[in-house]
Amino acid sequence: MKYLPLLAAVVSVAGLIGCGEKAPPSVKIGLNAELTGEMPAVGASSKNAAELFVEQLNASGGLTIDGAKMPISLNVGDNGAKADQAAAIAQRLISQDEVLAMIGPNASTCAIPASEIAESLKCTMISPWSTNPKTTVDATTGKSKDYVFRACFIDTFQARVLAKFVLGTLNAKTSAVLYDVASEAPNGQATLFKEVFEKNGGQVVGFETYTTGDRDFSAQLTKIKAANPEVIFLPAYYGDVPLIIEQARRLGITAQFVGSDAWSSPDIIKLGGANVEGAYFCNHYSTQIATPIAEKFVADYKAKYGQEPDDVAALTFDSMGLLAQAINAAGKVDRQAVRDALAAIPKYDGVTGTMQFEPGSGDPIKSAVILQIKDGKFVWVANAQP
Amino acid sequence: MDFAYIVQQAINALQLGSIYALIALGYSMVYGVLVMINFAHGDLFMLGAFLCFLIVSSLAAFTLPFFLVLLLVMVGIGLLGALIERLAYRPLRGGPRVSAIITALGCGLVIANLTLVRFPYPQPMPQLFTSVSYHVYGVTITSLQILIIGVAVVLMLGLDFLIRKTSYGMAMRAISFDVKTVPLMGIPVNRIITLTFFIGAGLGGAAGMLYGTAYPVIAPSMGILVGWKAFIAAVIGGIGSIRGAVLGGFFLGAVEVTAVSLPNVPSTYRDLISYSLLLIILIFKPHGFLGKAPNQKV
Repeated sequence: MKYLPLLAAVVSVAGLIGCGEKAPPSVKIGLNAELTGEMPAVGASSKNAAELFVEQLNASGGLTIDGAKMPISLNVGDNGAKADQAAAIAQRLISQDEVLAMIGPNASTCAIPASEIAESLKCTMISPWSTNPKTTVDATTGKSKDYVFRACFIDTFQARVLAKFVLGTLNAKTSAVLYDVASEAPNGQATLFKEVFEKNGGQVVGFETYTTGDRDFSAQLTKIKAANPEVIFLPAYYGDVPLIIEQARRLGITAQFVGSDAWSSPDIIKLGGANVEGAYFCNHYSTQIATPIAEKFVADYKAKYGQEPDDVAALTFDSMGLLAQAINAAGKVDRQAVRDALAAIPKYDGVTGTMQFEPGSGDPIKSAVILQIKDGKFVWVANAQP
Repeated sequence: MDFAYIVQQAINALQLGSIYALIALGYSMVYGVLVMINFAHGDLFMLGAFLCFLIVSSLAAFTLPFFLVLLLVMVGIGLLGALIERLAYRPLRGGPRVSAIITALGCGLVIANLTLVRFPYPQPMPQLFTSVSYHVYGVTITSLQILIIGVAVVLMLGLDFLIRKTSYGMAMRAISFDVKTVPLMGIPVNRIITLTFFIGAGLGGAAGMLYGTAYPVIAPSMGILVGWKAFIAAVIGGIGSIRGAVLGGFFLGAVEVTAVSLPNVPSTYRDLISYSLLLIILIFKPHGFLGKAPNQKV
């Protein structure tokens, strides 16, 4: 109690220091990214691409608001790849920081709760990488959310692409699935893949699960080995895949591994080494079949960050581009106007392809690519049109 | 469901159980002498893996023998455990038990988050040991699995010897029996408690290194889940009992693997089945398999 006056003095001085020069007015955009947790490479890619976009846009003056140029600034929040944290960050960015719109989260497990916050607070949200259908569609009513959009394809399309690839190109009739039951994207992808695979004449001989954070899969893999599938479908994030494949090979499983877009970080090669060689997975774009727009982005990203951008980076860049175009079209700092302008964009030529939103839907029509990990690199194998 | 399948799953269970048992020992030892759950123990386990990573990457020029690194990790984490006891738990020794528990949780959070600041990305564990797979009658066993189970068993036997046959071990047992009378017998209580923490943490660190070797992607969050499971294993075996911790660890490993391996039961039910079974066991044996009800002195 005797320290109370001293404490009060210290706190008031600290508060006064905080009241410094006011920053010049800018359009605030929020970024809800997985900077820590089980997929930090995803968050880092997203943040890098967003910052690159901001830098390039501000170099040319920024956005046009009410006839004058205004720069944009990025408010970054870390959702730790956890659903509750993602919702908290969304709340903070939208209510406290008063961002005009929010980019992210990337992981579906984070994007779905964050989208509910964005929808209820009527703030535009664009998820660059979340493929689970529930992000833009309310699971209980089946109606599309008005304020939530995404820059990528959805899992109903991806499951079709992968099932056709396994049945057709790989000519495999039997497959097993191993997925994280507690994570939205892998869970959705596994269920949809099984549906499409069986509908097209395939047989799913093993359908095993684990929980986020598990490291030992030998029990599930032993069960899968007994069923002897030709292909194992593994919709898992890049941290889990190396462990699963390593344990499978150790048990003597020789099946071909096929993954989803959740694999897409280059860290998977760093963590997986020789074990992930030869595996196929689905992705949003490939640097090998780049359009001139994509080539410029890849060159700029490489110049600034020293590595090639992955699909999360490309999609985040496109999300920022879509948002910037919408804000310019709206011409004012108003959430409803921005939302309406975004939904009405006739055509956007992005790094990952040409995009537009169908009326009443937040999902763009996108195509996919199949990649293979070969000689420690991602190699383009095939395109898949919707 | 043939014999080879059962044997394979049994080997998986042994490997998982060894690691749970090593960590559970740390919990039981500390509870035995201090009647306190060291909730920071799971994070010490995680640090064991990271310390191994640091040692091997910084001395990458030399090919270090596996057991030398194991020894270094055990001593390093053991010292850290003793340090935590000295700084965080000893000052609270006479106070309410809740304070000690909160402090332990806090220590765990500090350790986990400091590691997260230094290593925000999951790291690949460098290979210290090239594993050879043996295929025998449809069952695969690797030299790595043999190493893990072997090291765990040797450490547990060593600890059992220490507890039963040395004067330090006798002092530890005396403290867990009656901590108030023990100083009257000329036993340096503080020193024994510090030693207990050193050994318990050392075993946890060894488990961390073995775990990192078996599952070579390490991240600061790995201690939380495994730490809690090992704590449950220690409780099932009888918290405070060394043999109980070992029994609990292997039992939990067996239950988890069995729950997955049941034919026609989806592996999604693993945690549901495992923890329901454990709940039922606790209803019938509230003090665990080898735990003893505290004596009520009239």
